[in-house]
Amino acid sequence: MALEAREIVYGAVALAASFFGVASFFFLLDAPFVAVFQLAVYVGAVAVLILFTVMLVRQGRWLKDAPFTATSLVGVLTAAGLAISLVLSFAASKYFSAAEQATAPDFVQIGRLISTTFSPALQVLALVLASAVLGAIMLARVERKESTS
Amino acid sequence: MNSLVDFLTVSAILFAIGIYGLITKKNALRLIFAVEIMINAANINFIAFNRFLWPTALGQTVVLFSIALAASEAAVILAIVVVAYRLHEDVDVSELKTLGG
Repeated sequence: MALEAREIVYGAVALAASFFGVASFFFLLDAPFVAVFQLAVYVGAVAVLILFTVMLVRQGRWLKDAPFTATSLVGVLTAAGLAISLVLSFAASKYFSAAEQATAPDFVQIGRLISTTFSPALQVLALVLASAVLGAIMLARVERKESTS
Repeated sequence: MNSLVDFLTVSAILFAIGIYGLITKKNALRLIFAVEIMINAANINFIAFNRFLWPTALGQTVVLFSIALAASEAAVILAIVVVAYRLHEDVDVSELKTLGG
């Protein structure tokens, strides 16, 4: 749905809907913290960012539907083969049919793990986020200066 | 709906959809959609294995980091798409020869 929608704005909305579905899977897996994080980051930030970019870049002429070529046939065959083989191997394996564990990790353990074991990773991640956002701003800004001068 | 195989099946189907999008699409925005779908599939796998086989908080923590990294990556790629659109008036990746160094 997100990939095949004719109008790419509808594709972006469908992508947000699929993020919502993934968050519901996280709820099913007893990970409500990750689910809420997924909702905040993906549905809240990434989907809105993608929507803005789509509306900025949108243009009538590349919304035409591509013809069904050999490449798309290869894509369909590869994806179908991958999905079928993976699902069959999951079904055939005894190891994956484990019972659900009784205890689910809670918020306190996540917070403790983040603030102790993963604190260097947290700081590096903060640096990466800051540099990524700065780089994105610089990419978009230098180009505007060149185009106006 | 509550065994590990079900979640792995959903994740595999999502991953296959992402692979299909990566192979067939030419529009850069749709390639970003496909990559995001594949990242989500990997996260579902991570949480499912963590829930069923190794019930500690480690998997959820790693998935939190993964989501944050995916968000920053999406921001950078979208900025690159905007720049490419300003330069080329198009976001078809088969037309963007000048990005190839």
